[in-house]
Amino acid sequence: MQCPKCHAPMHTYNRNGVQIEQCSGCRGIFLDYGELEALTRLESQWSQPAPPPPPAAPQAYPAPSAPAWGAPHGGHGGHGGHGHYGGHHRHKSFGHMLFSS
Amino acid sequence: MTADTGTDAGADTPARSLLAALAAEARAAAHPRTPATACACASSPLADREDATVVRHAGTVAKAHAADTDPAALAHRVATAARLPGVLLPPLAPAPAPLHGRLVTLWPYGRPVDPDDPDAAPWEAAATLLARLHRTPVPAGLPAMRGPAKAARALGRLRSALRGTPHAAARPVLAAWGTLPAWARAAAPMPGPPALCHGDLHLGQLVRHPAPDGPWKLIDVDDLGAGVPAWDLARPAAWYACGLIPPDEWTRFLAAYRQAGGPAVPADGDPWPALDTAARALTVQTAALAVTKALTANRPLDEVEQAVVDACARMPSVPPQGPRPPRPVPGLPD
Repeated sequence: MQCPKCHAPMHTYNRNGVQIEQCSGCRGIFLDYGELEALTRLESQWSQPAPPPPPAAPQAYPAPSAPAWGAPHGGHGGHGGHGHYGGHHRHKSFGHMLFSS
Repeated sequence: MTADTGTDAGADTPARSLLAALAAEARAAAHPRTPATACACASSPLADREDATVVRHAGTVAKAHAADTDPAALAHRVATAARLPGVLLPPLAPAPAPLHGRLVTLWPYGRPVDPDDPDAAPWEAAATLLARLHRTPVPAGLPAMRGPAKAARALGRLRSALRGTPHAAARPVLAAWGTLPAWARAAAPMPGPPALCHGDLHLGQLVRHPAPDGPWKLIDVDDLGAGVPAWDLARPAAWYACGLIPPDEWTRFLAAYRQAGGPAVPADGDPWPALDTAARALTVQTAALAVTKALTANRPLDEVEQAVVDACARMPSVPPQGPRPPRPVPGLPD
């Protein structure tokens, strides 16, 4: 389908069973009826088991080890895996870094 | 038809004539029995960088390698790809051929990872391919893996860019580079028993062949060679350490590599002593390229680039984790 805003082609992605159309031009997202509710439901399932913010709190699941020079919110899993740059916001440079030398 | 290279049709620059000649090579390989005038397919440039120009025509890809490519080394690397078709995309032609002063290789087209969907990255396949590559005996005469040399080149570019304009973010990057051991800066030979390494792993180096749904293969043999296999794991390791990929993606990658018997890290326990130096080096390389780009474009670093520079700033205060002693090979006397 075409983006209603900028008319570039939209690509379909499946995230945990939810179909999402994203525009390849303006990056806008199109949701079908009920998909927003499905996403909200998934979001609450994700955030419920997350450990409380203090990073020193014992983890329910062992996070993979990471070097001490790494990002505090990155490798240490202190926020239940949230907060990395690849999460909900795909930066331009993020994509570029993963696909180039 | 004339080659549709997507470049300015008016100017017959060397770059344009190379693109046109590459497109002709790819077309001739794609339809060897069809005259050029009878072909209706378009040729599309896949990459046009300083170090490589790549053109696709139908199911064939022609690559012009960097002008300073060592012909004997490239021939060895292409021959290695031909011998490992289950791991590396096999070339269409057995040897590189000269064209417009560059060496050209021909490859079948494979479907890459969608750059707009890094979540779909085939972490398990990438790790398994690397483990199989690393377990392959190094072919006789194959040159060294070029990872550290490319890191050194990235730092060279940063230093050149800084001559015109200073940049505050460059200082931690240069300082972190200075703390790396000589081998990671390409100033000394790599340590340890050499393994067959890819040398430049990132998500653009994986394609499915035959397209679109064939098995994943590694592409781009320009940096292939003998060296420290941890280098090939170090880019995902650096992305994880800097918060660019989430812990579960790193865990999947590492677990699949271990599952496939990859020798770069111990089979269990903490992998970081084996990965630390290479992951630092690739973080510094990434930061150097990011600062260079920001300098050239006269723009500030974005959040992700700043995160990589910040990791460099923390490195000097964290003692390096030394490489583990070589693992004894079962069945051989110590």
